[in-house]
Amino acid sequence: MSEVQDFDGPEPYFRTSVIQLDRPGDPSVFPPETHADAQAIIARYPEGQARSALLPMLHLVQSIQSYITPDGIAFCSDHTGLTKAQVAAVATFYTMYKRKPTGDYLVSVCTNTLCGMLGGDEIFAALKEQIGVGNSGGTPGSGGIAADGKITLEHAECLAACDYAPVVTVNYEFFDNQTVGSARSLVSELQSGASPQPSRGGSLCSFKQIERQIAGFFDAETLAPEAVSAGLPTEIGVNLAVERGESAPGYPMEGGK
Amino acid sequence: MPLAPVLTKRFGTDQPWKIENYERLDGYAGLKKALTLKPEDIVGLVKDSNLRGRGGAGFPTGMKWSFVAEPKGVPQGDRYVVVNADEGEPGTCRDLPLMMNDPHSMVEGIIIACYAIKSSHGFVYIRGEAIHAIRRVTAAVEEARAKGYLGKNILGSGFDCEITVHAGAGAYICGEETALLDSLEGRRGQPRLKPPFPATNGLYDKPTTVNNVGTLASVPYIVLGGAEWFKGIGPEGSPGPCIYSLSGRVKQPGQYEAPMGTTLRELLDLAGGMSRGKNIKFWTPGGSSTPMFTAEHLDVPLDFDAAAKAGSMNGTSAVMIFDEDDCVVRATKKWIEFYKHESCGKCTPCREGTYWLNGIYQRLEAGTGTAEDLEKLLDISDNILGRSFCALGDGATSSITSSINFFREEYEAHLDGRGCPFPGARVLAGAH
Repeated sequence: MSEVQDFDGPEPYFRTSVIQLDRPGDPSVFPPETHADAQAIIARYPEGQARSALLPMLHLVQSIQSYITPDGIAFCSDHTGLTKAQVAAVATFYTMYKRKPTGDYLVSVCTNTLCGMLGGDEIFAALKEQIGVGNSGGTPGSGGIAADGKITLEHAECLAACDYAPVVTVNYEFFDNQTVGSARSLVSELQSGASPQPSRGGSLCSFKQIERQIAGFFDAETLAPEAVSAGLPTEIGVNLAVERGESAPGYPMEGGK
Repeated sequence: MPLAPVLTKRFGTDQPWKIENYERLDGYAGLKKALTLKPEDIVGLVKDSNLRGRGGAGFPTGMKWSFVAEPKGVPQGDRYVVVNADEGEPGTCRDLPLMMNDPHSMVEGIIIACYAIKSSHGFVYIRGEAIHAIRRVTAAVEEARAKGYLGKNILGSGFDCEITVHAGAGAYICGEETALLDSLEGRRGQPRLKPPFPATNGLYDKPTTVNNVGTLASVPYIVLGGAEWFKGIGPEGSPGPCIYSLSGRVKQPGQYEAPMGTTLRELLDLAGGMSRGKNIKFWTPGGSSTPMFTAEHLDVPLDFDAAAKAGSMNGTSAVMIFDEDDCVVRATKKWIEFYKHESCGKCTPCREGTYWLNGIYQRLEAGTGTAEDLEKLLDISDNILGRSFCALGDGATSSITSSINFFREEYEAHLDGRGCPFPGARVLAGAH
């Protein structure tokens, strides 16, 4: 996530520097079924292309450990045949791979231009104070993890939901059209152990559980076939077209059907 | 211009993401028809329709496909269709709703594209954060497989096709097609030097077409309606419907699908006007990488050619709207923070340039900027533009050069100890 910092200050999260490779890592800390899952990921790609499985596999290790550790790196290295250096180079490139333990709930506040100017900046400032991560982790602009380890706060770049701005996500599930007040209540609910319902998409689960989904492992329930897909902004155009009796031209008769 | 829902026409109907509902509304009729045609005829049809890529660049899709289909002696399995569903350009919020509500139109488009270019494997690269859309597309692929639209010998045609859904991990750069391919191969998402282009040396070094979600979702309709029908919507040079995604200071933000070439004045009218009763000040026609427009540009037809002629780009048709109480320096500063964070670091002008640009914007907002800083912004922008492997750095410069061009006085009002004259921004600068 983007760090807002004094220009002359240090660059504490320089992209390539921060995975603790102070020990070789032990893939055997992962249970046998996780090793089987890694092989299942590899099977999704053409033969001989095991390396393609690396991104989902790193999500898989976060579903067990909540962040990328030397164990996770060794695990991916074993399954893909890449060196640990190659795996670490990839793991440090992408924002979603975490360098520190992640809480049960990862709260991301969009502070890119559109959401930020419509209230995202105020929401982020308010949540930093509420969760108490204002001064953890070094830089003034960064989030961090709450003392009890339950919530990690970060500010996110554009989450592709600008028509629902400002948005907050919890474990990547959307809470649309937030205000400082609604975001504070959302966090209070999380702190009290409740499970608030996202605006669109499935029910809330833990960070580790959502990482398992991102790795591509679902069951009938987690695929959430009944979950709401849209809010008003998604359907506004088509609703208006119906109301006004407007439509695209019909297909020509000799055409498709 | 009236609304013309095509890609969004099923939105708002009963659970349109489920295959039985999709089938009831023309779903997979395009595939059935396509399988009765020769692959090269489908490429020809898409060429004739003049469908241009919805991902931003507007490259003719049929031409792209013909390059991939061309190389002789490539076995069926050794060509790939890759869907760019890594939506992340600031302001852009069109592909995720499409995948959430009507994932089968994209899936059907992928299968037709595979058939047309003689591929048997499509990949959907979805940004990792978009787990809600990943679920919907995964479910759609499973449903399509269960119904025999995917797998071996599809609908008795002898054609085989598989789709793999792949989640990214949070990197805007992976929306650049060659960075996306590197990422899909399990590498850092960094753009490749072109040529060679993906059409000849793409995924796993095999001929590959990388297409946007909306581009592929348009294909079943073109197969059903024909090239002439598609060209009958919107202007000749960039035909078809366009999903305009309105956001910001507008009464009713959202997805408005109208013919290409609709103006912002018409769109604002549909969206109920400005939200705070203030005048419009600046807006992007197609995401943060497209040079901004102002109130002077309300009547520019928003299509690939007309937007370019007016000095910007139709881009992803992500229209972010700001009013006179919004500080253009603050908006640009936040975009620059974004580009600095998302620069992959491969090319020096972009990596170093966005770093220094960001520093200058921090100074401007804090009030420690000087008149030379404005010239420095333009000079650095000039040194980034066109000097890197991909267009990320170019995109960063768009908002800078266009905002200084239109709002130089507002930049000057920030100089010499004054800082941001808009009270909200000053408070927030302190809050960080």
